[in-house]
Amino acid sequence: MLNRTADNVARATPEPLAKKIRGISDKGLAWLFISPTILLLLAINIFPLFWAIYLSFTNYRANRPNEVVKNLGLANYQRILGDHDIWIAMQTTAHFVFWTILLQTVIGFTLAWVIDRKFRGHAFWTTIILVPMMLSPAVVGNFWRFLYEPQIGLFSYVISFVTGIPPTNVQMLSNVELAPWAIIIVDTWMWTPYVMLICLAGLRSIPEYIYEAAEVDRASNWRQFWSITLPMALPFIMLAVLFRGIENFKMFDMVNLLTGGGPGSTTEVASITLKRQAFESWRTGYSSAFAIILFVAVFGLANIYVKALNKVKQR
Amino acid sequence: MSLTTAHSVVAPSSNAKLIAGTIIIAYALISIVPLLWIFATSFKTPPDSIAYPPKIVFQPSIEGYCNLFTTRTRQTPEYINALGPATGFCDETVRKRNMVIAGPSNFLPRFVNSLIIAFGSTFCAVFLGTLSAYGFSRFKVPLADDLLFFILSTRFMPPIAVAIPIYLMYRELGLSDTALGMILLYTAVNVSLAVWLLKGFIDEIPREYEEAAMIDGYTRLQAFWRTVLPQATTGIAATAIFCLIFAWNEYAFAALLTSGTAQTAPPFIPTIIGEGGQDWPAVAAGTTIFLVPILVFTILLRKQLLRGITFGAVRK
Repeated sequence: MLNRTADNVARATPEPLAKKIRGISDKGLAWLFISPTILLLLAINIFPLFWAIYLSFTNYRANRPNEVVKNLGLANYQRILGDHDIWIAMQTTAHFVFWTILLQTVIGFTLAWVIDRKFRGHAFWTTIILVPMMLSPAVVGNFWRFLYEPQIGLFSYVISFVTGIPPTNVQMLSNVELAPWAIIIVDTWMWTPYVMLICLAGLRSIPEYIYEAAEVDRASNWRQFWSITLPMALPFIMLAVLFRGIENFKMFDMVNLLTGGGPGSTTEVASITLKRQAFESWRTGYSSAFAIILFVAVFGLANIYVKALNKVKQR
Repeated sequence: MSLTTAHSVVAPSSNAKLIAGTIIIAYALISIVPLLWIFATSFKTPPDSIAYPPKIVFQPSIEGYCNLFTTRTRQTPEYINALGPATGFCDETVRKRNMVIAGPSNFLPRFVNSLIIAFGSTFCAVFLGTLSAYGFSRFKVPLADDLLFFILSTRFMPPIAVAIPIYLMYRELGLSDTALGMILLYTAVNVSLAVWLLKGFIDEIPREYEEAAMIDGYTRLQAFWRTVLPQATTGIAATAIFCLIFAWNEYAFAALLTSGTAQTAPPFIPTIIGEGGQDWPAVAAGTTIFLVPILVFTILLRKQLLRGITFGAVRK
């Protein structure tokens, strides 16, 4: 009702005034539309975040809620930075993130570049390739455990068939050397299509006339690839690297089900350490401090990366 | 080198196309064979599933599905012989292994939980997301860019880091292990995706439509309802499917915050254990049933996929 009156008045009034009146009712509507989302995020994301920051300065343990909570100041943070296990976990995470991103970018870009040739039936096969990335990482981790089983697992069988290694010796998940690669293989299987899809969009965004001009200038195919295709697709490649980097830095589900961090702690990425500290050792204060450090790290990386991305785009 | 003629004026030669096709089909097989293997395993008997060498040809059986939906107890042959005739295929199969069906397993309730939580949170996220996206798209909101970045940033948080305080908060509020708690949490995670995707879709709808409607005497709200929403249907549907897939697939929060009544399928499926280790045909059966909706959605979504996975950053 109020809106309609406002509109009627607005139509009868001169243009600048009309704008103002509409602006007022619109402003109210804008806040009415936006505030529920903001409130929900404040309640479910920001309030707990501040709670975690508070806990990170204490010795609170969630399994002993009645104990007196002591303020430790920055002690938790100091202990984390000096904790050998945490550094090992960070190294494991870095190894995982580095290799998954490298493999996914190289394979993903190559596939995109090949698909761009638009052979017959490419749409169908592309859709097939995209399936793994839509699945639940937890369920994927779980069924790869089956494929990795020595002897009976399909993966182990194929490897022993191809390489001639005795089938009982292909122990992807219990071998200390192989387990980190087992999680890298599954992640690459699952997420290469993601990088491929984004790279494909990048390749298709390159206008045809640039290649036509290069052809007129008699630039070789090799030269065209390095001076046109790669630089122009680069912002897209970087976008894919950014998203994958953040996601894999947080990696939990797939690794938790595939190896649970084992054997020993050879595949214990940061999120698994965090889960063990928070929900198995119940060192809530300590793990909150670690959570905050991880959060700041993800945020910092994302910010640096977004800036780099914008620079590339401006070129 | 013939492959490098990506966009050259000369169309790719038939030779290049042949090589390209071969590479892509080979990779597609790598993508799909593990899934086909799981599908096949779900129709194997437990001995067939752990045979060496792995069996490609086998006598199909629905024992895996029987085991998925039931719990069984081992009994003496005398006890089983004293029972009446078997009622149905599952009963018969189970008895051949000297067991009787003790009752239904938890799979169905967990599957139903997944449905309730996924659909509930998707509805809420898309509802809130549509309103916010319209607000950001059409009105001058102060600090709009900062608010949008804030909304997106909530998605960058590592789930385990978020789960620690949420666990404590839900314990205080009595929301631990409840569907409501999980719906609220998944709504909060998905709303960021919904706002970003829908803002893109609504930005693409010309403002002139609403302005025309408002000149005809509609209020802003009526114009939103009658002109913008119908135009945004495709975008809303695509966004909903993305939210649904996330909530359906989510594991970390579900594993840490639910244990019984509100547990969803992803943390449940890995816990299906038979006698002497994991009952792989039953796990494969559960996985197959769990993955089928995702396959259908992927095919429905294939044109919007790129947009969804990049928060609307890449549109083509």
